Amino acid sequence: MILSGTAHKYGKNVDTDVIIPGRYCNLIDPVELGKHALEDLDANFVKKVKPGDLIVADTNFGCGSSREVAAVALKGAGVAGVVAKSFARIFYRNCINTGLPIFECPEGVDGISDGDSIKVDAANGVIKNETTGKEFKATQLPPFMQDLIQMGGLLRYAEKRIAEKQGR
Amino acid sequence: MPRPMTMTEKILAAHAGKADVAPGDIISIELDLVMANELSAAVAINEFRKIKGATTVWDRDRIALVPSHFTPNKDIATASLSKLMRDFSNEQHITHYFEVGRGGIEHVVLPENGMVGPGETIIGGDSHTTTYGGVGAFATGVGSTDIAAAFATGEMWVRVPPTIKFVYEGTLRPYVSGKDLILRTIGIIGVDGGTYCALEFTGPVVRQLPISARFTMANMSIEAGAKNGIFPVDATTEAYCAAVGKKNYTIYHADPDAAYQQVITVDCSAIEPQVAVPFLPENTHKNASQLSDITVDQAVIGTCTNGRIEDMRQAAEILKGRKVHPSVRAIVIPGSQKVYMQCIKEGLTEIFVEAGCVVSTPTCGPCVGGHMGVLSDGERCISTTNRNFRGRMGHVKSEVYLAGPYVAAASAVAGHICGPEQLLAEAAV
Repeated sequence: MILSGTAHKYGKNVDTDVIIPGRYCNLIDPVELGKHALEDLDANFVKKVKPGDLIVADTNFGCGSSREVAAVALKGAGVAGVVAKSFARIFYRNCINTGLPIFECPEGVDGISDGDSIKVDAANGVIKNETTGKEFKATQLPPFMQDLIQMGGLLRYAEKRIAEKQGR
Repeated sequence: MPRPMTMTEKILAAHAGKADVAPGDIISIELDLVMANELSAAVAINEFRKIKGATTVWDRDRIALVPSHFTPNKDIATASLSKLMRDFSNEQHITHYFEVGRGGIEHVVLPENGMVGPGETIIGGDSHTTTYGGVGAFATGVGSTDIAAAFATGEMWVRVPPTIKFVYEGTLRPYVSGKDLILRTIGIIGVDGGTYCALEFTGPVVRQLPISARFTMANMSIEAGAKNGIFPVDATTEAYCAAVGKKNYTIYHADPDAAYQQVITVDCSAIEPQVAVPFLPENTHKNASQLSDITVDQAVIGTCTNGRIEDMRQAAEILKGRKVHPSVRAIVIPGSQKVYMQCIKEGLTEIFVEAGCVVSTPTCGPCVGGHMGVLSDGERCISTTNRNFRGRMGHVKSEVYLAGPYVAAASAVAGHICGPEQLLAEAAV
């Protein structure tokens, strides 16, 4: 899978409360949630984001609440993936489970400016800044998580585990 | 011989059926309890329906469903989320469903009902599920899809975390609570200082802490990015378990030669009542007494972090015979119906109302910017909650200052951020 779009760059500790504020946590529809993505960090984000764009951020992206709607809201807004120096752990799991591609790549974050065109090969984690021509390599996911994504996500894995238990 | 292990590693190994585990291992663990509130459950139930082969939950006795965040429901949308969870609970015959009026905030309700214990593995669709580490459980927050899979299978994949050990030494000063210790701790390691890690809280000061303070500290482990926070099991833990009727648990102690990623010693004698200023819980550069130029519009005392009876007693100790400052709204929220009733029995409710506080029924309400105390443009709140992120309690230009119950109550009286000793000194002049 190749992701290609404009980079929207943000700083450290982008928390789930600014990704989707609590006042919208009464919503579950991805498109409705997407209308409020990052609203309290950057009120213009939903106006400027185009389907396929990527978020590029510093350390600890997605810290705070376990609200899975944070990952869903970003997808609903059209975000194709997130490149960050590091991710908070619950958000990281939620992305793996809900299929929002994430890439841990400190050098890439430093080498991408807001508005740059970037292309990411999700299969090998190669991130290319098409504006500057520079290439970066994201940290590989552990094999188990790659398998999980390959399988189609956590629910398919759960089905496999149920089948295995019944087979015993 | 299995390798020497930390508490967290031992609990995980036992629940994965392995002799030992090491940080970085990805394992599948059997779960003792799976919890969700109306927000996480609504999404989880929709996901659960998509799992082929899962028509009934894996164990109706080991799932807890607790309406808490927007309850009693504030609008039609949130009422619909609660209804979805209630209907699912009825359909699946879930044993531990805590209806409004018979429960409260999940992290206060489950412990007081004897549903969490030492050595157990507990996941919850709420980041503050780490609370249960206060009694020596491995407990962590997850998203709704993980909850859905756990409803179906009773298990979860985990990457074994490395452990950071904290050793709390010295003597606690007056009015320094568990909240002050954890705020200071987050100030030391930062909001991502514990990312993917287990935090083990040890030392002579911890051994003297009541379970309520341990819950407060474990609760905020997530604010340092940690997977879980855990306390050694001791006589205080066992007495607590006996009092709430928790039986059949296993005690795991860390091996003396277990490997830690880091060991951090904290001198508690130097800690004064803390305040974390906006917009991160790590912003504890100044003590309460150094922030008296910050006026407040609202004070919130309660939540999963500080909504237990001990917290209510601390607030009442300050508010007794005093009045909330004319320009402050003080909102007291007992964390559960049991705490609410205990407040009535001990006369605390009367103290709060006499002082000019509003006393709410149990809810997460204002902490999540939901209802019962949402802030307007430019307003400031001193709060015993756990997050002071931008817009957390309402308007994007509102501010939340985190503190323990003593400081929140003293500030409510003073009208500005105020340490308890400072308030008493000012009154004496």
